[in-house]
Order: sequence, then structure tokens, then C-alpha cells
Amino acid sequence: MKPIYLDNNATTSVAPEVSAEMLPYVNEFYGNPSSMHTFGGQLHRKIEEARERVAALIGAEPEEMIFTSCGTESDNTAVMSAVETYPHKRHIITTKVEHPAVLNFAKYFARKGFRVTFVPVDNLGRLDMDLFYRALDEDTAVVSIMYANNETGVIFPIQEIGQILRERKVLFHTDAVQAVGKVPVSMKELPVDMLSLSGHKLHAPKGVGALYLRKGTRFSPYIIGGHQERGRRAGTENVPSIVALGKACELAKTGLDNEVRYVGGLRNRLEAALLRCCPDARVNGDTEHRLPNTSNISFEYVEGEAILLRLDEYGICASSGSACTSGSLEPSHVLRAMGVPFTAVHGSIRFSLSRYNEESDVDKVIEVLPPIIKELRSLSPYGRDKLAACAPDRESGTE
Amino acid sequence: MWEYTKKVKDFFLHPRNVGEIEQPDAVGEVGSLLCGDALKLTLRIDKETGKIADAKFQTFGCASAIASSSVLTELIKGKTVDEALKITNQDIAEYLGGLPKEKMHCSVMGREALEAAVANYRGEEKPAEKEEKIICKCFEVSEEKIRRVARENHLTTVEEITDYTKAGGGCGSCIPAIEAILKDIWSVKPVCEVTARPKKMTNLQRIALIQDIIEKEIRPQLQTDGGDIELIDVDGCRVTVSLRAMCVECPMGDVTLKGIEDKLRELVSEDIVVEAG
Repeated sequence: MKPIYLDNNATTSVAPEVSAEMLPYVNEFYGNPSSMHTFGGQLHRKIEEARERVAALIGAEPEEMIFTSCGTESDNTAVMSAVETYPHKRHIITTKVEHPAVLNFAKYFARKGFRVTFVPVDNLGRLDMDLFYRALDEDTAVVSIMYANNETGVIFPIQEIGQILRERKVLFHTDAVQAVGKVPVSMKELPVDMLSLSGHKLHAPKGVGALYLRKGTRFSPYIIGGHQERGRRAGTENVPSIVALGKACELAKTGLDNEVRYVGGLRNRLEAALLRCCPDARVNGDTEHRLPNTSNISFEYVEGEAILLRLDEYGICASSGSACTSGSLEPSHVLRAMGVPFTAVHGSIRFSLSRYNEESDVDKVIEVLPPIIKELRSLSPYGRDKLAACAPDRESGTE
Repeated sequence: MWEYTKKVKDFFLHPRNVGEIEQPDAVGEVGSLLCGDALKLTLRIDKETGKIADAKFQTFGCASAIASSSVLTELIKGKTVDEALKITNQDIAEYLGGLPKEKMHCSVMGREALEAAVANYRGEEKPAEKEEKIICKCFEVSEEKIRRVARENHLTTVEEITDYTKAGGGCGSCIPAIEAILKDIWSVKPVCEVTARPKKMTNLQRIALIQDIIEKEIRPQLQTDGGDIELIDVDGCRVTVSLRAMCVECPMGDVTLKGIEDKLRELVSEDIVVEAG
């Protein structure tokens, strides 16, 4: 069964053009770009071509791009570099809804004795800007705030935040792993010092990412060793994946405008139909400022894993913020930070689309999901008439 | 992704005995929306035979919670209340061909709903209304439940306790308390003070001391857990014992032997080796 893949914020399919472009560098041109012989040395040119393509997608200069192994490495590198290059500053600002790559790294610094501010969000997932401004001080080494949230798709006001930070001369990193390739991002306009992106979120394979480092920004490498990436990231270059990332970025740049419109249209149709057909369903997150491909819907009184496994019977792939799917027992930290009632967090489903989805994919979900919700609700001891019996919502953000 | 057996998938996709019995003879409700899973069990009990004539369930939860609930109703139908109470969470998990260890709490929830329903039938106080010491505040798990589930399932680590009861799976602040409970359950505790060990002992003194410690310290401890111990032989530093009753089948056997050895090493001699006879 060909999957109906609606989980593109988790990972994406490798574009056929991308795998075609990378394969010769897996099989035929296996040399080391650092070698003196032509066989290896010629690959250097190919890496630089990829660097130009990645830079072009985000309006950066090629020399501002550092290839890494993944989004997490880019995030870790950015935060670590800020802390290393401003050693007298002992305060970090991030948000409560970051990806674990930033969130848990910030917690690591908190354990090391740093002061860390986790900026909260409101019930639509929007940042508490007042608290953010108040948290800023002379001691702040870096601010790391994601461009767009992976669970809800909510886009943060990076332009506005960057403006303030530039005036205050505080380093600004943004984890744009979910944004690059889905919405236009231009470093010419964004007052951002460091930006992370990941290959496998934009139709390149897993195992490659990049960090944008604005010219003139102080930097300290995270992975130390050889001279690769001009001494900014050691380790023999992952040539095939870097070539693939370059191609994927080129495709994304060419198709971006169309994609925003096409994918956004599909998502809106899916969302509207599900809300129409399923009572007690609600969208999580600010729909005004949101990625065009993401829809996070809570279906009250049912549990997310149960919904996903029923969808799985039809080959439909999505994900959930439910505790039961996370491997931990706590439901999504993002939805909890938003104060989404527990009744709704457990039944949250995230659909994330891509340009490879078709109208028929959305039709299938609209056809099968409402009966699934209805049936699971018939199994559940909770329902509309039993609202009074529901457990009270626990205060969010109690950590 | 969880590795569910065919049985789990079958009971999840085609659950048996869904619903609510009207004017039931017994109702058992456990869990809450907050915790992420909840089960309401309703029973029809034949007054004359005392047998469970019908059982229905409603479950809010994941696939394994739904499957466990459904299996529970299948297992108890036709049994007397007392027979039904003999069904353990392991029986539910086994019927399903096993559950992922992180999902064992779903089978525990089934067992708890059954107990609640029987208590309700017998007009007993609901466990929740009793004075309970809550250990895990995130998932409202009591010390009593942790102790019971740990003993019934022979759980020795905090991780296992979390898999079976969820306790410790939230903020984690109760993990030291859970560690203390586990230590309390599974270690051999002194019930009387034994005088400091003599510097040099004759063989006879050594045997007498070992006998004394086993009788006064180790045996009463095992007996409270439904087990027993007999000293078979002492040959130099080799002590052979026989574990009895509950201890024979107990997968904790090795741990118990180790505990006895530690105790004897502490009180008699460091070179003591304890073996099962």
C-alpha cells in the first residue's frame, strides 16, 4: 500500500531529482574533497555549488553557510558558540515550545549554572513578548527562538525580535528547520545572526543540515578536528548529502511560491472539512501566522494513538501530541505550554503536508477520519454529555 | 512505533463488549482524562450463582488500553466474583500475547477497574476514598499501588514501576521515593540487632551464628512476603539454603539469595557464598 504521507514535519520523501543528483557521489565519486588528486579534489567544487544553492534559498552569501550533520547539530553549535564567545555572559533566552534540540540544550546550560529564561506562549501559541523584553539584560549571551513551531506550525515574529536584539547587541539564533523550504526566508531582511536548517525536512535525505552564520559574527566551532568548512566544522564532508541538500534547496527556491499556494490550499480544505464533520474538534495554534502545510487539530474525548493506529489501517501517516505516542508519559510540551486542556491534548493530531500530496490524499482523510472519531468516542466513557465529569485542567507551565 | 501483537490489534480494531450496562450491579471507574487513560467497567451479576453474567467497558485511551479493557471483559464473563478477582494484570497481558513494557500500565488499569467494580458490588469503600499516601503527584499514584504492583509483577527498578503504574513518568520528583519503596520491598532488613561480629569463630560458632541470623532476621522477612527459607548446610564459607513457598517460583530468587549473602557477609564473614540447595 502506498502511504498517504501527511507527516512532513517529521521527515519528507527525498525528491527524485535530489536522489538522482546525489547517487553518483555515493557510487562513483567517492573521493575525499581534501585530497590533492583530481579524483577527490574535484568534489570541492561540487560542495561549493551546493553551498551556493543553499545560500540562495535563504538570501545568504555562500561563505555564510556551514554544513552540519543535522538540525540538532546546527542548533547546538549556535548556542554553544554564543556561550563560548561571550564567556562573561551567563544568561540564555529561549521559549517553552522549542524543539528538544534547543530546549534540552538550554536545560543543560541551566544545570551548568546559567540563568535560562523560557519565554511562555499564550493559548494560540504566540510568544509573550512583554516577558521576553523584560528578560533581556546585559548578561544575555544569546536568544534562541524558533522560526516556526514543528507541532502547530505557528510562526514567531522573528523580524521584530531580531530588530530589538540588534539594537541591544545580543546574539540571535533561530531554529528555522520547519520554515526553510516552506515559507520565504531571506537573511537580507531578517536581523538574525545564526539560523539552523535541516535537509530531511525539505526533501533531501537525513543526516545533513546547515548553519547560517552572518558575516562578522563571533564563532567557536562545536566539532573540533580537521580544517573542513574553513575550520568551522571538522569532519570529512558528507559529499552525497551535501550535494543532495544543495539540489533540494534549488528545487525549493524554484517552486516555493507555487508550493505555498498549493500546499496551503490542500491544508485549508482538509482542516475545514474535518472541523465541519467532527464535533468537538478545534485547531491548535494561531491560524493567522502559521506554516501553510501544518494543521494541528484536537479531537476531544479520544486518544491520539488510537486515532493514529486506525488511520494506519488506511496507510495514512500523521502524528500526535498524545502522551501515548511520545515514548514518555507526558503529552506534548508545546500544547501544554499553550494551556490546551488535557481533554484536548491527548486527542491532538498533526497533519503536515508537502508538495507531493495530492487532492486524493486529503479526500481520503476527510472520508475515513470522521467515522473513526465517532467510533472511538462511542468507546470512550467521556463525551459531550459528561463534560461535568471531566477532570479539571491542570495548570500549564508548572515545571 | 509500538510493537503490538496481532491479538492487541484485533482487540483494538474489533473490541468486544463495548458499552455500558443499564442499571448495573457493579461499576468500576479508574483513571481520568488528565492521566490520558480511563476505564469504566459495568457488570451484571447473577444474584443466585454469584457469576458475572455480563460485562461491558468504555475506555478512553490508546490501543493497548482499549484492547486490555476488552480482554478483561472477556476473561471475567461467566466467572464468579471471587474467581474473577484471581485474574491479574499479567493474565490480561498474556491473553494479548504480551504488551510493550511501557504499556503494561494499561493491563494494570484493567485489573484496577475490576477491583473497583467488585468493591462497589460488595458495598466497600472505594480505594480512592481511603486515606492514601500519594507518591507520584503527576499521575496520582499511591504508595499502596506501587507496593502492590511491584510485588505482583516482581518489579525491581524505577523504570519498571513507571511502565506498570506511570509513577515517576511525569516530573520525576518522586523517583527517590520510589527507589526507597523498592529498596524497602526487596532488601532483607534487620528486625533485631545482632551483636557485632566476633573476630575469630570456631566452626560451631559460625554455624550457630548463621542459623541465628537466618532464623531471627531473614526468615521472618521472607515470611511476610509469603516465602520461607531453610538452612541445609554450612561447609566452611559455603552456605546452602532452600527457598520455600512463594520464593520457589519467584523470579526474584537470585536477588533474594544475593540479599541473604550480603547480610551474612556483613554479620558473619566476608567470604560467605550462599547457594540454593
